Amino acid sequence: MDTVIEATELIKRYGETTAVDRLSFTVRPGVVTGFLGPNGAGKTTTLRMVLGLNRPTGGTVTVDGQPFGDRPRGLRHVGALLDAHDVHGGRTARAHLTALAVGNGLPRRRVAEVLAEVGMADAAGRRIGGFSLGMKQRLGIAAALLGDPPVLLFDEPLNGLDPEGVRWVRNLFGRLAGEGRTVLVSSHLMREMEQTAEELIVIGRGRLIAAESLRDFAARGRELRVSVRTPDADALAGVLAQQGAVVRAEPGGTYTVTGLSADRIGELAFAHGMRLHELSPHPGSLEEAFMELTAESVEYAAGAAR
Amino acid sequence: MSPVLGEAPARLPARLPVRVPVRFRHLLAAEWIKLWSLRSASWVLGVGALTVIGINVNSAASNADRLAHQTQRPPEPPMGGQDRPEFLFDPLHTAFVDPAWQLFMIIAAAVGAIVVFGEYTSGLIRTTFAAVPDRRAVIAAKVTVVSAVMLALGTLVSGTSFGVTQVLLRDHGGLSLGDPGALRAVVAGALLAPLCALVGMAVGAAVRHAAGSVVTVVGLLLLLPALFQGERYRWVKEIGNAMPLSAWQRLVTNPERAHDLGRYPLTVTEAWIVYGAWTAAAVAVAVLVVRRRDV
Repeated sequence: MDTVIEATELIKRYGETTAVDRLSFTVRPGVVTGFLGPNGAGKTTTLRMVLGLNRPTGGTVTVDGQPFGDRPRGLRHVGALLDAHDVHGGRTARAHLTALAVGNGLPRRRVAEVLAEVGMADAAGRRIGGFSLGMKQRLGIAAALLGDPPVLLFDEPLNGLDPEGVRWVRNLFGRLAGEGRTVLVSSHLMREMEQTAEELIVIGRGRLIAAESLRDFAARGRELRVSVRTPDADALAGVLAQQGAVVRAEPGGTYTVTGLSADRIGELAFAHGMRLHELSPHPGSLEEAFMELTAESVEYAAGAAR
Repeated sequence: MSPVLGEAPARLPARLPVRVPVRFRHLLAAEWIKLWSLRSASWVLGVGALTVIGINVNSAASNADRLAHQTQRPPEPPMGGQDRPEFLFDPLHTAFVDPAWQLFMIIAAAVGAIVVFGEYTSGLIRTTFAAVPDRRAVIAAKVTVVSAVMLALGTLVSGTSFGVTQVLLRDHGGLSLGDPGALRAVVAGALLAPLCALVGMAVGAAVRHAAGSVVTVVGLLLLLPALFQGERYRWVKEIGNAMPLSAWQRLVTNPERAHDLGRYPLTVTEAWIVYGAWTAAAVAVAVLVVRRRDV
């Protein structure tokens, strides 16, 4: 089976606000899929609908062909870390995990196993209320791993982790996907996904913006802009504009060209006998591609008119 | 840094069966762990139970003391003298002192409410329902565990209060369980705790907010019966009669001293019906409200 999570025309409205707007996507096993969007894009709401915690206003979402909320027990099917704070601070890490494991009929030894897995064996007897955010994230990941599930959902799992923790989480996600599991990881930061995800689902204002491989997504951003310095500026600008590029004069006599690759600009200049003093591509980062794509759908743009 | 972090083992050491059986008793065990892994729950229950027993025992001790030093006064009617029952000392009442048991109601209701709203206010409810999507089963397990614990506690408090007070009053007509109305009173006291805890759970599930839940449940259990008093209008008194507190008061009344029950009295049967109806309604509300709402 190639599609594990399948959302079809998902809609979630809260009164007048539409948090998720006819969102359709699929997630397949064996790779880490990044679920990307600016704050307020509807990522968390979508993940909650996947887990049956929130009821969609319209549309459906299934995990392994079945709404997750219809299953009597969940941990053996889907492991999820939605919010590391979704715990009771009064319990110890061990008690928290034991209650979850026992309720799902899982052997108690799993608690010690997952605590060791996330490097928290020593903190098992401590109360969760005293944990740092990073430790709570690890505890949440431990809970997600309890049932050794084929599907894993993580909402902003890197928040609060130190660089060591980030590296560990990335390795873990890669390994889980490598074992053939379905791993969906949300983030609002492209750079977090760059080294983590293979597939991307990008949403903004509850709508799907892109669903493609990281490689394809990266291609959108490559050679976003090219700086050109030339004594034959006017003529070159005319030639480039004919080819569909946008040429903008920058202070200092350089020009920024968007819409054509550096190679192509060089060839055009050569063909028309124009001199180039500088031709430097600015490989747009994934972050820039992401920003550009989601620019119109940012919920709370800084400095925007209100 | 713990060495585990650097390089994760090649595979999760998972050797889990593909299909784990789905059993309700698993959820009961989980709720049992959750209840006792919160220090607050055991503290509130323990201190509360001791306080209630203490108040009752103290009342019995002071009554016994007073009665013992009353010998110079005109002698009480001889044994069997039933002509003025209202002037007779009522040993049963000593075990069921009103304010003590109202405190017990609040403690039981608060623990019931905490067990439910604590999951909501902490956000744990999302973790819980993601692990067990069958929400009704979760609440049913919670209701079962809390009711059982409260019944045990109620039995302990009611039985101890009765036993100790009647022993203290042994020279002044202390009762045994075989005396009329005694067993009924002890059972009504024991059942009051699970009843109030269930009402607390229903309110906690409906309100899902700490302060709001506690205020609502106190209003429901203690304020309402205080409001619907007096016999000017029959309907007012009838509503008051339908409250758990009124039912409990009726059930712990000593039939030997049952004087002046008022113009629109509650019968013992009706009082038991009130107990049953509140229990059923509380369970229904608790199970139904969690079913569909977003968490």
